[in-house]
Amino acid sequence: MTPPTPSAAAPLEVTEESAEKSITSPSPKANESRSPGQLAWRRFKRDRTGVISAGIVIFFFVIAIAAPLIAKLYGKDPYTTYGQDIPGLLNDFAYPVKPNGGISSEFWFGIEPQLGRDVFTFLLYGIRTSLLLATAATVLTTLLGVVIGVTAGYLGGKTDYLIGRVIDILLSFPSTLFFIAFMPVVYNLFVPFDEDVPVWLRATCLILALTAFGWASIARLLRGQVLGLREREFVEAAKVTGASPARIIFKELLPNLWTPILIQSTLMLPAYVTAEAGLAFLGVGIIDPTPDWGVMIQRGAQFYSDDITFMIFPGVSMILFVLAFNLLGDSVRDALDPKSKR
Amino acid sequence: MFRFLVRRVIGALVILLIISAVTFSLYYALPRDPARMACGKVCTPELLAQVRHNLGIADPLPVQYWHWLQGVFVGRDYGGLGNCNAPCLGFSFTNREPVLGTIMDRLPLTISLALGASVFFLIIGVGTGMIAAVKQGRAADKIASSFSLLGSSLQIYFVGYIAMYFLVQQLGLLEQPSYTPFTENPAKWAAGLLLPWLVLSIIFTANYTRMTRSQLVEQLSEDYVRTARAKGMSRRSVFFRFAWRGAMGPIVTIFGIDMGTLIGGAIITESVFSLQGLGRLALTAVDANDLPMLLGVTMVAAGAIVFANIIVDAVYALIDPRIRLA
Repeated sequence: MTPPTPSAAAPLEVTEESAEKSITSPSPKANESRSPGQLAWRRFKRDRTGVISAGIVIFFFVIAIAAPLIAKLYGKDPYTTYGQDIPGLLNDFAYPVKPNGGISSEFWFGIEPQLGRDVFTFLLYGIRTSLLLATAATVLTTLLGVVIGVTAGYLGGKTDYLIGRVIDILLSFPSTLFFIAFMPVVYNLFVPFDEDVPVWLRATCLILALTAFGWASIARLLRGQVLGLREREFVEAAKVTGASPARIIFKELLPNLWTPILIQSTLMLPAYVTAEAGLAFLGVGIIDPTPDWGVMIQRGAQFYSDDITFMIFPGVSMILFVLAFNLLGDSVRDALDPKSKR
Repeated sequence: MFRFLVRRVIGALVILLIISAVTFSLYYALPRDPARMACGKVCTPELLAQVRHNLGIADPLPVQYWHWLQGVFVGRDYGGLGNCNAPCLGFSFTNREPVLGTIMDRLPLTISLALGASVFFLIIGVGTGMIAAVKQGRAADKIASSFSLLGSSLQIYFVGYIAMYFLVQQLGLLEQPSYTPFTENPAKWAAGLLLPWLVLSIIFTANYTRMTRSQLVEQLSEDYVRTARAKGMSRRSVFFRFAWRGAMGPIVTIFGIDMGTLIGGAIITESVFSLQGLGRLALTAVDANDLPMLLGVTMVAAGAIVFANIIVDAVYALIDPRIRLA
């Protein structure tokens, strides 16, 4: 027995009828036809929260991509220990001399205690690392989840049963625990026990590990959708006319699955950002000299009682990003699937 | 019901068996030489041989796993190091005692953390969700929805420190998180865990508010609610006798999942508040390369998740008679 999942999405074809009801602007000319995608886009543009949060999300991605450029204009980099190099910035206890974490016109977001790095560029590059990892993991997870979910749903029978059990087991795994236990082991596969792990390897392992645990839920959802679609007339018709399984999957099934896929992946990305930061916080993800959202919070936690300002910047920016992305996800769902209830 | 439980418990045991086999082979097979890892950075050949013998890794992997499984059911004797009685999840060579003992020492804290927090977030979350559903579209609903959106974007590793800084350090309103066993001093137990409970509930409440609201809104628009109202039943009794029941199912489901994860993996929470629970135990085990301990903690955590799911399904069926357990 599985409890009913909250309605993921109705197929796209039903949207036209409900869209007509909700249109308040002068009704379109009779001969003007719109694709479901265009209708969804029109609905999205009318949603003010959605547009604003899309703006914030785009802003984060732009500064992440343009981080080197911004850092160059700003004239600093995230690795130089300014506080140690320039006297007068840190006091004898290695905390910023100026109040509020050493914020000044020179260091916009202040200076990191102890090492004395520039907080602004560190955060900028940190966002870059986190978003890169989360985006890569989201794309991979979605791909894997779609392939496995559609395969299970379409083939049914033994394949479906087997995949279903694998999903059950994966979802019962205590994943955070497994990550902290397993990541050192994975690194050891490639790098001898007492050597340092290169950053690219850490990043790759993280992406793969997040993917390995993430695909199960999206695969389960899509499997259910495909099970429903498989019995519909248009699929039957395609089968009768002798369409190949590949054609049925790509031309008949997938177009009806874009909505749940898109909704799931917009929910997944912020979850991965916070998961990645959580792992860095625990010391098993990205580690210190590499700028990262989670690394900053982990550093901030070491001296939060003396310099809370340092922690505010990564924390608040992450909340802003996750909140905007969640709101965007809701708006995307409303636009693509206006019948769904929140 | 009885048949359902038996079937599900057998299914759960199979899942646990598979998880243990997977975990075992991953932890023990992947590093080229677990003895080398357990031995530490300064390792002499004699010490290495000693560790290798102690770990019992002279045998091939399936034999090692078989011994571990045997240990779970009949116990195991670790030569001069000590004895490990029947449910033996392994023997920690770092602590020189059976893994299960250490886990049992830490478990009360983790359970207190999960149960205490759940009382808060269930009452607040389901309560605000109900208010939001009844006052649908009005100010109360909008405030509740905005707060739940904000709450679902918060992270414990940020909010926890902020709360400790302001509530404990600056204002002195709450105590620094600590753990006193309930049996020793209930008041101290609650005072020490109050801050983690509150922070956990801020984050978990959001989900319940959203869920409760959307479920109730859906239920209240069902035909049976209209029929009951048309028959002259009061709003209040329709709400509390019918609609509420129909809406609770999915909430029980996510509650079960949350409890499973909280008991199995409140690792971040425990590190933020420096509480020595199961999660911290796992972290220290990773640092010490204490593989038997890690395996033990993983199994207990997986067990919590799996059995929470079974309890949830059973409760679900009790609440909603439309669900048939098969």
